[in-house]
Amino acid sequence: MFDDHLTHWEEDVLKEIGNIGAAHAATSLSRLLGERIDMEVPSARLLDFSEIAEEVGEDHLYVATFLEFGGDVKGSFVWLTEPFSARQLLWALFQDRTLSGSDEESSNAFSELELSALQEIGNILAGSYLSALADLTGLSLYPRVPGIVFDMGMAVVTYGLLEAGHYGEHAVVIDAHLTSRDARYGGRFFLLPDPHSFRVLYHALGVYANGRDE
Amino acid sequence: MDVMSDVIKVGIADLASARHPGRLRTAGLGSCVGVALYDRRKKIGGLAHIMLPDSRQARGPIKLAKYADTAIPELVRQMEALGALRHDVVAKLAGGAQMFEHVSSDALKIGERNVEAVRAVLHLIGIPIVAEAVGGRVGRTVELDLEDGMYYVRTAQSEAQKL
Repeated sequence: MFDDHLTHWEEDVLKEIGNIGAAHAATSLSRLLGERIDMEVPSARLLDFSEIAEEVGEDHLYVATFLEFGGDVKGSFVWLTEPFSARQLLWALFQDRTLSGSDEESSNAFSELELSALQEIGNILAGSYLSALADLTGLSLYPRVPGIVFDMGMAVVTYGLLEAGHYGEHAVVIDAHLTSRDARYGGRFFLLPDPHSFRVLYHALGVYANGRDE
Repeated sequence: MDVMSDVIKVGIADLASARHPGRLRTAGLGSCVGVALYDRRKKIGGLAHIMLPDSRQARGPIKLAKYADTAIPELVRQMEALGALRHDVVAKLAGGAQMFEHVSSDALKIGERNVEAVRAVLHLIGIPIVAEAVGGRVGRTVELDLEDGMYYVRTAQSEAQKL
């Protein structure tokens, strides 16, 4: 749990969690958009804090939804969307340029109303992801109230690392990329379980029974 | 900001010190605090990207650069090793934001707690804070210019502010 590596079993289980969670969230997004959304095979990695900048860009800006969850498993869920993609989402959902901005230049700012609409989408996606995870594991997971910002991805993802920060300088990151067929939409989910939640997850999915002698 | 000049990057829960010329840079400060220390006479500076307030809360091996109470003394030690004199050193702070309203109580105030811890440690070791850009709801990227001690603080929506 606090080791500096993941066993193959652990990695496989966490990838499967990412796969099922992100696939459900992608389906929700696809329904909202009325468009097919493709998902790359998610990765599950131990990421050193020093690698976060490379992962999300030093001060790259995203429309970022952040949500904590509690219950049997605790942690954070992050949805990062490029500003261009966020515009596309608003346009696809509301068919209204007044909400999605009339020109490209306005993509460097989002109104409260726009962010609130995107936050609601983020809430739906997080709900899909986490309920799929709850169904898979038989564990309870309660999403908390989401927050949204248009800001540096790194500043947002760091919130999800605080708990892991008490134990060491790395965190398990379950990461899934989504794109629409026409590449108008691109985004990314991060699931960041708290360090003490891994044992619960692994037990629920029978990893220790098969994989690692304790 | 000039990318051609010598820039030393400081990551999350990391620190660095150096003498002029060049710059120290850390990106994506949210609740974390970027503490810049500078000795104007010797032109020696240090930058820490502090993540958590108190090393006594650690539940594992302590990385000095991660906590306010350990990072600042370590930064001062490194700068003194380069020739800085403590009574010539001043501090500038940036970060410690609260980006989300609805995160749980512990995480809710982490930005504010980080800033408070940094101020307390600096006070304790007698280093004055001469400028701050802390709090609010914004992420920040900072650069300390080792030539003059200027601290450039940039947010998503604004040009660099000069501290």
